[in-house]
Amino acid sequence: MISDVAEDEEKWLAAGIAGLQQNAFYMHRALDSNNLRDALKYSAQMLSELRTSKLSPHKYYELYMRAFDELRKLEMFFKEETRRGCSIIDLYELVQHAGNILPRLYLLCTVGSVYIKSKEAPAKDVLKDLVEMCRGIQHPLRGLFLRSYLSQVSRDKLPDIGSEYEGDADTVTDAVEFVLQNFTEMNKLWVRMQHQGPARDKEKREKERSELRDLVGKNLHVLSQIEGIDLDMYKDGVLPRVLEQVVNCKDELAQFYLMDCIIQVFPDEYHLQTLDVLLGACPLLEPSVDIKTVLSQLMERLSNYAASSTEVLPEFLQVEAFSKLSNAIGKVIEAQVDMPTVGVVTLYSSLLTFTLHVHPDRLDYADQVLGACVKKLSGKGKITDSKATKQIVALLTAPLEKYNDIVTALKLSNYPHVMEYLDNETNKVMSTVIIQSIMKNKTCISTSDKVEALFELVKGLVKDLDGTLHDEIDEDDFKEEQNSVSRLIQMLYNEDPEEMFKVICTVKKHILTGGPKRLPFTVPPLVFSCLKLVRQLQGQEENPFGNETSTTPKKIFQLLNQTIEALSIVPAPELSLQLYLQCAEAANDCDLEPVAYEFFTQAYILYEEEISDSKAQVTAIHLIVGTLQRMHVFGVENRDTLTHKATGYSAKLLKKPDQCRAVYACSHLFWVDDQENMKDGERVLLCLKRALRIANAAQQMTNATRGSTGSVTLFVEILNKYLYFFEKGNPQITISTIQGLIELITTEMQSDSTTPDPAADAFFASTLRYIQFQKQKGGAVGEKYEPIKV
Amino acid sequence: MLVPGKIQHIICPGNLCIKEVHDYLKTLCPDLHITRGEYDEEMRYPETKTLTIGQFKLGLCHGHQVIPWGDLDSLAMLQRQLDVDILVTGHTHQFTAYKHEGGVVINPGSATGAYSSITYDVNPSFVLMDIDGLRVVVYVYELIDGEVKVDKIDFKKTTTASH
Repeated sequence: MISDVAEDEEKWLAAGIAGLQQNAFYMHRALDSNNLRDALKYSAQMLSELRTSKLSPHKYYELYMRAFDELRKLEMFFKEETRRGCSIIDLYELVQHAGNILPRLYLLCTVGSVYIKSKEAPAKDVLKDLVEMCRGIQHPLRGLFLRSYLSQVSRDKLPDIGSEYEGDADTVTDAVEFVLQNFTEMNKLWVRMQHQGPARDKEKREKERSELRDLVGKNLHVLSQIEGIDLDMYKDGVLPRVLEQVVNCKDELAQFYLMDCIIQVFPDEYHLQTLDVLLGACPLLEPSVDIKTVLSQLMERLSNYAASSTEVLPEFLQVEAFSKLSNAIGKVIEAQVDMPTVGVVTLYSSLLTFTLHVHPDRLDYADQVLGACVKKLSGKGKITDSKATKQIVALLTAPLEKYNDIVTALKLSNYPHVMEYLDNETNKVMSTVIIQSIMKNKTCISTSDKVEALFELVKGLVKDLDGTLHDEIDEDDFKEEQNSVSRLIQMLYNEDPEEMFKVICTVKKHILTGGPKRLPFTVPPLVFSCLKLVRQLQGQEENPFGNETSTTPKKIFQLLNQTIEALSIVPAPELSLQLYLQCAEAANDCDLEPVAYEFFTQAYILYEEEISDSKAQVTAIHLIVGTLQRMHVFGVENRDTLTHKATGYSAKLLKKPDQCRAVYACSHLFWVDDQENMKDGERVLLCLKRALRIANAAQQMTNATRGSTGSVTLFVEILNKYLYFFEKGNPQITISTIQGLIELITTEMQSDSTTPDPAADAFFASTLRYIQFQKQKGGAVGEKYEPIKV
Repeated sequence: MLVPGKIQHIICPGNLCIKEVHDYLKTLCPDLHITRGEYDEEMRYPETKTLTIGQFKLGLCHGHQVIPWGDLDSLAMLQRQLDVDILVTGHTHQFTAYKHEGGVVINPGSATGAYSSITYDVNPSFVLMDIDGLRVVVYVYELIDGEVKVDKIDFKKTTTASH
């Protein structure tokens, strides 16, 4: 059915064009032979094609454009005629004899154009006549195009200030009057289209009306171009009349379009100065009008205007733009009871952007906007509509981007209240946005109350909010989230130790609510913040007058102990062990023996009770032995206990090679270079011998299970250790000890039952090369090495 | 320099800690060699690694496994064991570059300036190696008091030390 109509329309248009062209042809012939009568006759016939009711606006426009072109030629002819002596007044009267009203009026407008140009009558008189005569066409489509024609031909002939048509009788007021009247009539016609035809075609009509809207809007554009309209005339004359028509027409489509038009075509300074009037019209519009878009457009324009130059900012203050807009928005929301949440938030979002541009230093205004938004949202519970949620995120992100500084945003007391309305997912998204802003701007958050406020804001990441379903969180996303919280913790710093400790305590309080899954991410950065603070305090002199409550390394270690304990319960034994050892070393540097011993104890307990994976045990031993080797704070007893345990663990590792290596590593526990009383040559040798025994046992095992002995690598490693301590001056390591091991290795390597191992061979070779090199060094070293035969 | 494509290999002793950092390094250069540090969440990084670049054999190890930590002689032993000309190691967060009879030991320090129990006042640093024939030039970039300082060390490999 529809395609039939479209086809028919094409046919009618084609027919119309054909008719038009045919008559135009004859008209041209008449023009060429100066035959006025015929020219009028054929032009009238040509224009009759525009009397059709069969075309949609789109197609009618095509027909109209062709007629328009022809009429231009006719107008030139009329001008020629008047120059040849024909009276324009007669011509004006003559064309009114055309049979049908529509052609008659087109011709009249055309002659009218020439008439005004001739200046034989004041422009205003002709214009007034024409605009009133056009009332003869009440058919919406035809009327709109006719009046559009009138507007087009009169455009350059308005009695504007400075125009040639200005005179005593002709003023800009008349120009304005003319345009306003044409506008009013056109709007009425446009609105009337809505009510033509059956109800079922409503959508089609709206679409067609939409296509025509620029014809109506053009008038406002013309008004905006009239130079003679100053602010006062706009305020008193133009705007009220336009708004009157907009409000009274009670048509949703028209109101929305025209409000937008007004905002777009007239200058921003005018809008500022007429804000009351403009905003006053808003509640009077039909409830279905998308007023929030209109207001948002207005605020956006004004924001850009404010951003264009600082000189205009005082104007905003003078007209109290902010409070007017605030109130207007409030009223609109009240009036449109059914406005969806997304609308409410969008309005406040636009207002906030406006405020941030126009009053960047007025945090209280920004806070007011947020507060008003919260008020309007109250009672709605968490927002579930995704568009509304997006808008809330935009609302919350705007201050972050503007201030580039979360600390300023934290001063907005209503900010966290707005966040309350986000559902848990979006809360997390917003929290991430906040953290990213901090990272990007390298904002340093330095006091405990700011940290408190910040952690309140990002609590969606720090802990489980009510109603979160744990299973639903994607593991990678979770990791990303928690890593950003970790990074955040690293950004918290204050060079004053007292304040820094307060910050640390605040962070600890929050992260301990995070639950077992979060602690492995959040505890390490906090621990290292603490250790940095300890080091800072170390550097400062002990204050004998310091009061009871001042921060000391001891207090920090207490906090560390509690925090790592919470982590170990997760369970996270390997990580906790590592952190305990870090703390032990820090305590060592502070000369706090009992504290260091306690940390070691905790680490050892974890090792014994919780770490059973072989690989993890090896790493743990490395860290235990490595740390213990560096400790100088322990007295003999404590050191012995810890060392004994460490060597015990080493000897009990599962794999023989691991045992061997751990045990010879322990040899270093008995020989510390910078501590004279820590050089126990005997126990070093005992360790190395033990390692050797284990290496032997390993060889035998390999022999038993695989039929050949394994690689000699372990022996070579132990040889290297012998050389190490030999060079350090351990008297227990003698030439013969070394020589003996060299021979053992050589024999083993040459034996048939040994699996060849090029790596071990190379290792042995380079070790021998090293011995050679040392011999050739000369001096004390050379002498020492001299007896060794390679 | 950090434009993808300019660096041919990345050698990292360890403690990148999280996958994100690994992925970032991969964008700088796909040929990424890493060994495991004690805080790496990725368990599958090896304890040691060797590779050949040009005329040089390089060895890589985080270093917490070599006791005493940071001790040159003990590291030299590891170097002999891995049979490499250049040993790259970490853990101490302190840039060092030693030459000894068996080769060179380079510690690039900490790229982030992270806390270390071993080193006070860690300055963020990293190292660029330019390997050309038998010569390697080591450029060390350090961030000291907000300024980037660059230093250069030359090493030449003697052909007698052929393996």
